[in-house]
Amino acid sequence: MTPDLLEDGAKRLQAFEQRQADPAGSSGGRAAAFGRVARLGEPDFAHGVALYLDEISVSFDGFKALNKLSLAIDVGELRCIIGPNGAGKTTMMDCITGKTRPDAGKCFFGSTIDLLRLSETDIAQIGIGRKFQKPTVYEPLTVFQNLELALRADRRVRAALFSRLSGAQLDRIGEVLALIHLKGEAQRQAGLLSHGQKQWLEIGMLLMQEPRLLLLDEPVAGMTDAETERTAELLLSLEGRHSLVVVEHDMTFVDRLTQGRKTVTVLHEGSVLAEGPLAEVQANQKVVEVYLGR
Amino acid sequence: MSGLGMALSSPRGVLLGPRGWAGVLAASVVLLVGVPVFNLAVPEGSAFHLSDYAVSLTGKILCYAICALAMDLIWGYTGILSLGHGLFFALGGYAMGMYLMRQIGSDGQYRLPMPDFMVFLDWKAFPWHWALSDSFVAQMLLVVLVPGLLAFVFGFFAFRSRIKGVYFSIITQAMTFAAMLLFFRNETGFGGNNGFTDFKRILGVPIATPGMRVFLCCLTAAVLIALFLLSRAIVNSKYGHVLQAIRDAESRVMFSGYDPVAYKLSIWTLSAVMCGVAGALYVPQVGIINPGEMSPAAGIEMAVWAAVGGRATLVGPIVGALFVNGAKSWFTVAFPEFWLFFLGALFIAVTLFLPDGLAGLLKRRKGQP
Repeated sequence: MTPDLLEDGAKRLQAFEQRQADPAGSSGGRAAAFGRVARLGEPDFAHGVALYLDEISVSFDGFKALNKLSLAIDVGELRCIIGPNGAGKTTMMDCITGKTRPDAGKCFFGSTIDLLRLSETDIAQIGIGRKFQKPTVYEPLTVFQNLELALRADRRVRAALFSRLSGAQLDRIGEVLALIHLKGEAQRQAGLLSHGQKQWLEIGMLLMQEPRLLLLDEPVAGMTDAETERTAELLLSLEGRHSLVVVEHDMTFVDRLTQGRKTVTVLHEGSVLAEGPLAEVQANQKVVEVYLGR
Repeated sequence: MSGLGMALSSPRGVLLGPRGWAGVLAASVVLLVGVPVFNLAVPEGSAFHLSDYAVSLTGKILCYAICALAMDLIWGYTGILSLGHGLFFALGGYAMGMYLMRQIGSDGQYRLPMPDFMVFLDWKAFPWHWALSDSFVAQMLLVVLVPGLLAFVFGFFAFRSRIKGVYFSIITQAMTFAAMLLFFRNETGFGGNNGFTDFKRILGVPIATPGMRVFLCCLTAAVLIALFLLSRAIVNSKYGHVLQAIRDAESRVMFSGYDPVAYKLSIWTLSAVMCGVAGALYVPQVGIINPGEMSPAAGIEMAVWAAVGGRATLVGPIVGALFVNGAKSWFTVAFPEFWLFFLGALFIAVTLFLPDGLAGLLKRRKGQP
């Protein structure tokens, strides 16, 4: 082979690898429409949208928790959602993760997967991870075992009965342990961790699932300032690789996450009240009214 | 990353620690060697002689210990409180009892080839569900299959409908009560309220001999030890960790992509089968099976054994079953009127002072949290 052919080949290989490494959809354009064949059962992000809610309505005994809520989250986006209590933030997460079935509306993951037709389990398996408001870890198990359970692997009974960790999986657990600053606590019972550490552990468990979309319900509630800062760093480092939806009350944390430019969505009475950069949203007259009361 | 793998690997490969194995060995020696020697070899007059009564009592209590172990898997580890395990125990017992009834042959009161209760009801032929009762192998399969299938079907619908907590407990209670009423009827073909008794032989060998008594007791002990090791392997596996996770945070498990139904259903069925096996071992040793074993109280007692011993410890419930039943046999002889008061007081005391049971007491003394 001639050197130029080799070089050409290397270039093609590099381009191919880059295409593979890119989160699907970032290429967009022609490749998005024609170049990729969507596979059944796999989310298709070719149009650049990770999550798409269209006019979702939920009511509990006449109370409209969500009222024609529409929202789109892009692939790799970090979106903060704020809103007063009872605005429907947690209900929205319940709808996305299959815990609550809306009365009306559409909810798509990528452009092909209709989340309203999947069970909680299936939704988790196709790549949506959720962190609860109250840190939920398996307290009698060790930190290591908590992460091991969350590790992306065959979820069936037989596989779990005879499961053995491979070297790569051990390494993966080690990486996440380092990421969530719990390396020294790997063999400790999760129930003995501090509140902030439990929050991290739960985030770590989400990461073990390798989700495409992470839903985080008040991830820094009850954390010290230092812990909050480290959490912000962690979430910012995930941006781009994962899509993130963060529900939070702590405005400094939201400001830190959005870095003054990313979109913040304000929910009120079950629908979107305002969207835009934090400063803009905070200046919005309607938002001020909602937060301060009329 | 290289050293990390070793440092991180969980101690999963280990079934039991050295002390655990020593305990298993000690239990095996006491039960599998001690019982035969002290009952059969030591002469009756000797102070070291183990009476026949003690042997059958031990065998009986070991059967209960198997039930307690089964309870621990489903309640202690998975958080599903079943009050209907008495039914599975009785079903295993009835499957064994049917075979033993056929083994009586024509030696019954009426000297006819049919079991006495059928003669009494003037039945000319065996009902359909007695078709296989003459075959030991078939009945032993039924010991496993009947409780297993019932548990599977019941569990499938209950778990799929997400019935949990106290509702599930009540339904299991109702199930065992309904079955008891069914078995009380003579038309059901299981001897009505008298059940089965007066067994003569098993596999052609006379049943009421010292040798058979010791053999059955040792067999029960061996089964208990084997099931203990199996349970230990189960709860130490990733599967066992998922069970505990379901117990503590089921929604977290679902949002991690596990389907709790499959996990609950599998352990529930296994637990029922274990009780069925215990029932089958119980009947030839006690010599009788009747619908009383299905009474709601029987299922509740199993829960008491597990709670007294200490849930989610495996050893605890076994000890609990031995302790409570040992106390019961002593009390009901020494102070028959006070047994139920004692049982009630015991349960209250455990609930108030020993939420982790006897095993928790041991741990606390060792200074572990």
